[in-house]
Amino acid sequence: MKKIEVIQNVLEANETIASRNRQLLDKHKVFAINIMSAPGAGKTSLILQTLTGLKGRLNIAVIEGDVASTVDAEKVQSEAKAVVQINTLNMPESCSLMAAMIESALKDMPLDNIDLLLIENVGNLICPSEFTLGEHKRVVISSLPEGDDKPIKYPLIFIDADAVIINKMDLLPHVDFDIAAFRRSIEGLNPKAAVFQLSCKTSEGIEKWCSWISKQVETNATKR
Amino acid sequence: MGLKIKNQVIYNIVAFFLNQMHELGVTENIVNIALAKAGEAQANKVVQINLVVGELSGFVPDCIQFYFDSLSKDTIVQGAVLHFESVPTQLRCRICSTIFHPQDTLWSCPKCGGQSVEIFKGRELYIESMEVE
Repeated sequence: MKKIEVIQNVLEANETIASRNRQLLDKHKVFAINIMSAPGAGKTSLILQTLTGLKGRLNIAVIEGDVASTVDAEKVQSEAKAVVQINTLNMPESCSLMAAMIESALKDMPLDNIDLLLIENVGNLICPSEFTLGEHKRVVISSLPEGDDKPIKYPLIFIDADAVIINKMDLLPHVDFDIAAFRRSIEGLNPKAAVFQLSCKTSEGIEKWCSWISKQVETNATKR
Repeated sequence: MGLKIKNQVIYNIVAFFLNQMHELGVTENIVNIALAKAGEAQANKVVQINLVVGELSGFVPDCIQFYFDSLSKDTIVQGAVLHFESVPTQLRCRICSTIFHPQDTLWSCPKCGGQSVEIFKGRELYIESMEVE
């Protein structure tokens, strides 16, 4: 019997495909955002608000990741330039989108006509933190009814986020959510993350979020 | 069979059929890497695979083992022992640079009490080495 050194990252296969996705996106000047949250925090609502808010400014495509159904794709299809629904039920992984799923979805996208790609991940605060997709920015949504302790309970997803959104601000009078405590947790884990407080229901704060996206897209375009 | 173990078995079986876990794809990667490395070493059999798993990584060794048993069937990796070395979480305080194992859920620094930290260790998931024949 002999021992052989390996030292190989088990997630490398996903990361290789993710960097291939990134190259393809960059080649076609598409800026991609991976949107993650627990189920029901408002990923689809945020996408709908973003589509409306950036209408006429950016051509936006959407990839919808869900375990099953096309409910979300139907909701966004009238406003988006292109929509691809990924159902993860019969895939090796159903708890998160993986780079290979995005690779195949990109084949169905008119990439040359798209400036911004919004990827709605599967509702889950654990698994998506392990898998990169080739995105330029990672965004996590927390909504007020979930409570302000999510960054403490699920630190990884918040540590890697470029932006954190506090959604359902309209519910503040009705729930015990300590905004300052939540923001302190984010500041501690990830001081570089941009934090937005908004409501997809009332559109409060959406303009600021849309401006941030526009700026990211512009900055990325000038870098290339 | 204790209730806890029984529940775990049922959970694993359900998870397998519903594909609810992300360990399946990860285990596929483990088997593929092991097969490739064993091929390079011209080995006839893989006896043990030594994995390093960070405490913070979202991967469950029991679940990897469960998938491994079926994915490795009829390959030279079949029957290999999966040895998991767990890496405890280590955080680094951004204020005073102390490296520490978190003692509370807030991840406060034991030296200065600061709550601004970065992960130093604990997210690993890699194959460290293998024993082959």
